[in-house]
Amino acid sequence: MYDLLIAPFSEFEFMRRALVGTMALAVGAGPIGVFLMLRRMSLVGDAMAHAILPGAAIGFLVSGLSLFAMTAGGLIAGCVVAFLAGLVARVTELKEDASLATFYLLSLALGVTIVSLKGTNIDLLHVLFGSVLALDDQTLILIAGNATITLAVLALIYRPLVIECVDPGFMRSVSAAGAPAHLAFLTLVVINLVSGFHALGTLLAVGIMMLPAAIARFWARDITVMILIAAVAGMVSGYAGLLLSYHSGVPSGPAIILVAGMLYIASLLFGHVGGLVRQLFPGKHLEA
Amino acid sequence: MAAALQFRNLTLGYDRHPAVHHLDGMIESGTLLAVVGPNGAGKSTLFKGIVGLLPPLAGGIERHGVAAHDVAYLPQAAEIDRSFPISVYDMVAMGLWRRAGLFGGIGAQGRHDIEHAIASVGLTGFEGRAIATLSGGQMQRMLFARLLLQDARVIVLDEPFTAVDAKTSADLFDIVKRWHGEQRTVITALHDIDFVRANIPETLLLAREPVAWGRSAEVLTAENLLLARRMCEAFDDKAALCADDVVAA
Repeated sequence: MYDLLIAPFSEFEFMRRALVGTMALAVGAGPIGVFLMLRRMSLVGDAMAHAILPGAAIGFLVSGLSLFAMTAGGLIAGCVVAFLAGLVARVTELKEDASLATFYLLSLALGVTIVSLKGTNIDLLHVLFGSVLALDDQTLILIAGNATITLAVLALIYRPLVIECVDPGFMRSVSAAGAPAHLAFLTLVVINLVSGFHALGTLLAVGIMMLPAAIARFWARDITVMILIAAVAGMVSGYAGLLLSYHSGVPSGPAIILVAGMLYIASLLFGHVGGLVRQLFPGKHLEA
Repeated sequence: MAAALQFRNLTLGYDRHPAVHHLDGMIESGTLLAVVGPNGAGKSTLFKGIVGLLPPLAGGIERHGVAAHDVAYLPQAAEIDRSFPISVYDMVAMGLWRRAGLFGGIGAQGRHDIEHAIASVGLTGFEGRAIATLSGGQMQRMLFARLLLQDARVIVLDEPFTAVDAKTSADLFDIVKRWHGEQRTVITALHDIDFVRANIPETLLLAREPVAWGRSAEVLTAENLLLARRMCEAFDDKAALCADDVVAA
């Protein structure tokens, strides 16, 4: 048992680093995912994950596998796409989802072009699938710092963000804090995707964000509980995914997401709140 | 009695087409005013103008001593996401925004007020329920509890009793009467003409343009109502510039 569950981490430093990185990632990304899901923006995370690629690629082109350059590039690209999509949606007839789709596709095409101009295939794989088993001190600090910022900002904007989600009309009628809160939230999405792509890559970063949120939806009726469950589900997926990867030799990023996916399917079937088994076999009805 | 709101040649509308046309008049502080008119008469548009969600095309609204946050608004079709995982208690607590703001705590007094508001609308026992589980009438009761907590000087209600049963509308109207007794200004759109005649002292009959404004019994005559129905003509894509404005220019 010890060999199976604990030894990999006690024996190898890179496994400990990977564990710390994924834990920090899950703590920040889980709550963000819950809000994305509740705002019916689940696919926005996916689009934004693609949108940060060219920024990271330009950073890579300029200074190689430099953490700072790739992070800054990703942040800038993500914020530009989010801002442009929001602007076009406000000024023209195009809805926000359509304008986001156009910009992220453009951004992705640009990113792949830039990567192929210089990098080899191995470099591309690094950007797309991350390298959770090779997290250095700097990257760990970045991920943990991002998680800290995320939780702090989320605490600051929690009230307007929740009210804006439930009843935007009421929010507008009592305060102008709704729009800045929404913008701050979108920035948090980008920050978390950027820290996610160092560990899991752009394609899977969104998985550690959305899958725990979807899992939480099946177990809680209250948003605070949902956020807690999402963070815990992300951490459990990280731990179990790393073990799966260690023992079976599959790549660690996809392994983490696969574990989260299995948790999701289990929740879908057996979840307390609207799970399939409960729906098919609801039991006898109550008296009142 | 001081004026709470003054309309000066107010025109509100969408895409240059007026939905409320050349409205002049004054709502005194502490008035209970019904706004009556056919569908498409501009009632909701007028309310959006009053609460500041829609800037006027021409003319203006003066708020005398009424700050923007002193106006509470219950829209006709609230944009509430009913599937959102939030309890009745938390939803009602939003009414304390003015006191608590972004970060302020609710405190013992606030919790007491929330419980009191929930009890006033007859929802005691529902505090922990998710809003998704409420019926239409219970939802409206909950929104009234939130309005109670907002403690606003001017309260704007857009068809608050549509699609709720008689018991619910009677209970909620008791709250409206209480507000009136507390010298708050209450402006409400209503469809039940007999109810307005019997219960609301003052009425504005609107059909894009004001048809009549005054004591309810004098405004809600058969002739006026017929006139209102005729005046509510369709939105004309090729409408010319408003003659009044052309002359004025």
